[in-house]
Amino acid sequence: MFGLKEDWSLKLPPRYFTLEDYDGGVARWCPGCGDHGVLMSVRRICRDEQIPPEKVVSVSGIGCSSRFPHYMKTYGFHGLHGRALPVAEGIKARRPDLDVWVTTGDGDNCSIGAGHWLHAVRYNMDMVVMMFDNNIYGLTKKQTSPTTQPGERTNTHPRGALLPAIDPITTMLGMTNVSFVAQTVDWNPVHLHDTLVRAWKHPGFSFVRILQRCPQYTAHVFSGLQDDPDALLVMEHDNGVPVDKALDRTLKNRTTHDPSDKMEAFALAARRDAIPIGLFFCDPDRPRYNEMTVEGMGMSVEDKLAGLEDQLDRFAI
Amino acid sequence: MRDANSRQSQEMPRTTVHEHIVEIVSDSGEGAQKAGQALGAISAKMGNGVWTVEIIPAEIKPPARSREGASGIRVRIGDHPITNMGDEADLVVAFNEQVLYGRLQNRAYRPGTVLLLDNRWAADPDENIRAMYAEALEEFRSHGLEIIELPLDEECRKHTPNPRLGKNMFVLGMLCQIYNRDLERARQEIATVFRRKGDKVIALNHKLLQAGYDYAATAVPLRFDIPCWDADSPKVVMNGNQATALGIMAAGIEVVAMYPITPATSVSHQLGDSFPATGGFLHQAEDEIAAIGFAIGASYAGRTAATVTSGPGMALKTEFIGLAVMAEVPLVVIDVQRGGPSTGLPTKVEQGDLLGTLFGAMGDTPKIVIAPATIEECFHFPILARRLAEDFRGPVFILSDANLATGVTAFPRPTPQAEWMAPPPDQSPWEEGLAPYAWDEATGVSPRPIPGQKGGEYTLTGLAHNERSKVAYAPEPNEHGLRMRSRKLAALQRTLKPPVVNGDPEGDLLVVGWGSTLGAIEEAVGKARSEGLRVSSLHLRFLSPMEPGLKEIFSRFKQVITVELNYSDPADDPFVPASARRYGQLAFLLRAQTLVDVDCFTLNQGLPVAPGKVYAEITRRLPTHAHAAR
Ligand SMILES: Cc1ncc(C[n+]2csc(CCOP(=O)(O)OP(=O)(O)O)c2C)c(N)n1
Ligand SMILES: [Mg+2]
Repeated sequence: MFGLKEDWSLKLPPRYFTLEDYDGGVARWCPGCGDHGVLMSVRRICRDEQIPPEKVVSVSGIGCSSRFPHYMKTYGFHGLHGRALPVAEGIKARRPDLDVWVTTGDGDNCSIGAGHWLHAVRYNMDMVVMMFDNNIYGLTKKQTSPTTQPGERTNTHPRGALLPAIDPITTMLGMTNVSFVAQTVDWNPVHLHDTLVRAWKHPGFSFVRILQRCPQYTAHVFSGLQDDPDALLVMEHDNGVPVDKALDRTLKNRTTHDPSDKMEAFALAARRDAIPIGLFFCDPDRPRYNEMTVEGMGMSVEDKLAGLEDQLDRFAI
Repeated sequence: MRDANSRQSQEMPRTTVHEHIVEIVSDSGEGAQKAGQALGAISAKMGNGVWTVEIIPAEIKPPARSREGASGIRVRIGDHPITNMGDEADLVVAFNEQVLYGRLQNRAYRPGTVLLLDNRWAADPDENIRAMYAEALEEFRSHGLEIIELPLDEECRKHTPNPRLGKNMFVLGMLCQIYNRDLERARQEIATVFRRKGDKVIALNHKLLQAGYDYAATAVPLRFDIPCWDADSPKVVMNGNQATALGIMAAGIEVVAMYPITPATSVSHQLGDSFPATGGFLHQAEDEIAAIGFAIGASYAGRTAATVTSGPGMALKTEFIGLAVMAEVPLVVIDVQRGGPSTGLPTKVEQGDLLGTLFGAMGDTPKIVIAPATIEECFHFPILARRLAEDFRGPVFILSDANLATGVTAFPRPTPQAEWMAPPPDQSPWEEGLAPYAWDEATGVSPRPIPGQKGGEYTLTGLAHNERSKVAYAPEPNEHGLRMRSRKLAALQRTLKPPVVNGDPEGDLLVVGWGSTLGAIEEAVGKARSEGLRVSSLHLRFLSPMEPGLKEIFSRFKQVITVELNYSDPADDPFVPASARRYGQLAFLLRAQTLVDVDCFTLNQGLPVAPGKVYAEITRRLPTHAHAAR
């Protein structure tokens, strides 16, 4: 990590980044909010992978979780509610050198931004998309979100949410050109971290649903999951999210799942006895739009002028 | 063969005219537009001034022979530059009589307009059709149309089993005979138009062209000459949307994100075809919101970007436009206006988005808004807009419209310049300590960090923010941000010159316009002035900020009116008290800006303004002078 190689030779990089280089200040989320842990994890990945801060772009929509970019000391884009994905696509389109991380909420992504979500999966552009799912609208104070379970009391449905919740995982699995679907929880920093690293390494639209505690509004939803050691089902596979030994004692409920098996992924996602975490599905060979959008990039001004003259010729009289 | 042609043409004496307006109308799918476009292109190449405008039915395929289903084209050809579609047609070729009803209703024809009509319907097996044909002829004659019935279908059948597909080129041949067009150029034009269809199709159309030419030599007793105006200087012929697309390329814009919407779509068709020539990428997004979001993302990352749309798309983009203003993201937004509100008149022209563009967003969103007045300006304005967007760090709006979009004319061939092109994004280290919004107090302008620039890291936000782009809800930074964003418009205005008055700098009436109405207004004003009326005109290219000096210019005229293609309550509407009267959109702005009692003359028919209508309004307002002049 410090340039010391296996043969004891020292190769010092011209710049070396520490956690501080990604630290955009103290986050203003509530104490106990799951967002803090994700922020720490992303900063750590940037440090571990030594991504120059000026090459990282953290893009978000609007919501508590979407404050994320402000707490990174990298480039950031805190845009509109539900519209993080089109912006991220535009950024990536002609800047393959930039490392794009998207933060979105369950309302941001599955409600107001749902249309973009479907197409972003199809574009399959190389970026990590973290959906912070606290089952609620946090920022606007406890309204029903698309992932709120029916019967949950919210300020818009005080007698209980009316509709079945959207399942982001089966929805993802069903979308055209899906290439990476993972799930993790904010309160297990090891699994969270390993999942995000796996997502970052995948070339394509790497979607990670993070079950995220909201101590203010949905504490009870997540406390059950935290207390019961068998509530989570860890998916294991050589191609999946590597499962750290440190988890052997705490997360014993395991299953083997090959992430190239989409049908089994559907079946796992549909399970009601436990919530699977790890990699549901991965296909690194899906077409990627970001390889098409770069066409013509870097053309010289002379060539552009010549090309334009050619086009004008077609209209010349 | 050419000798034979010229011998035939000599048999009948030709009348020399300054200009003629020709229409070809048919059911849709009969190729009238192709014939008209070819006639326009040939004439432009011969050195005539030309303006063509398509006649488009609302539906893709209206039923055959329907009164509202006219599909076709108008071609105005002159011995001088032509800037608009003109008033009534001089000559009409029609493939059936029913489609003419709608045109008549639009006052496209006058007594004396010559109508060359396919008479196959007179002998149609269907008795109803025969009756309709006879009835129509009677009615058209009562309007004063001079009708020449011709067996077009029968004549074409001599050369092709399917006259429906070939009649258009036969008619082109006839028009070449009537207007003394260069047949060789016509043949070349056909070869270009049908190049993808293969040699057989080209040969058949050449045959039909010649047949029409020969047929008219004996069967049509009309011969005109329209002298050329300028055959030498290099020119290009295109419509406004093609000019816009090439202008986007000339600006060095790299990314255009759009969602299909009439009448803006053909910009993307041209880009789809041409954009790779300058290394650009066209993104067809999932909707207009995503389109502008994508463009904003690209621009944020240092790639010059534009989005192209029409009114309904502008409505969808509103929230992102607010963000682009707030966070100062350079962006070119092109609105090819159509009739509104709602889905309105998708294929037809209106200038109804002016106020919406200026004010349609949350809170105070100062924007730069410019409007091309000619097809040539459609080419140059994206270049201007891109520069303004970068220099003033924000979105710049180009308001084009359906009239410019589909009108075709010739203009001097632009000479692309390296300076027009956007430079590649700056990736040098950001100056240490420099804030991402280091606003200059006098101009509100600030340098912009681009991702990849070391030391420039900041988080762009749509929340109120200070110059370090940190969220700031306190009163002072909020006011400061508002002031800085607004100040950019004042700074831009300081660089502009007062607009040029067309005509005398003072007089009885000043006509103020914007956008595609320029040609018609100046033609009307020119005519009125030649009759001694003290009228001038002025055409704004900048709508926000407006060009300076307007109040002073207005003070030199007794009356000031705008001519606009949008809604206003008539001044004499018995149901609308003066206190409730709503003005045309530019008039509304000018009144607020100058405190001058600017009146307006507005049209909302979905049609380009005809010079005759502006002329009539001028003479209505200056009646005594009009008499004195006579
Ligand atoms: C166009 C628009 N509509 C509504 C809002 C209000 N709003 C802000 S955040 C939000 C919901 C946030 O919920 P979620 O996406 O789940 O994020 P969380 O706060 O839970 O992290 C809403 C409705 C807005 N900012 N913009
Ligand atoms: Mg939420």
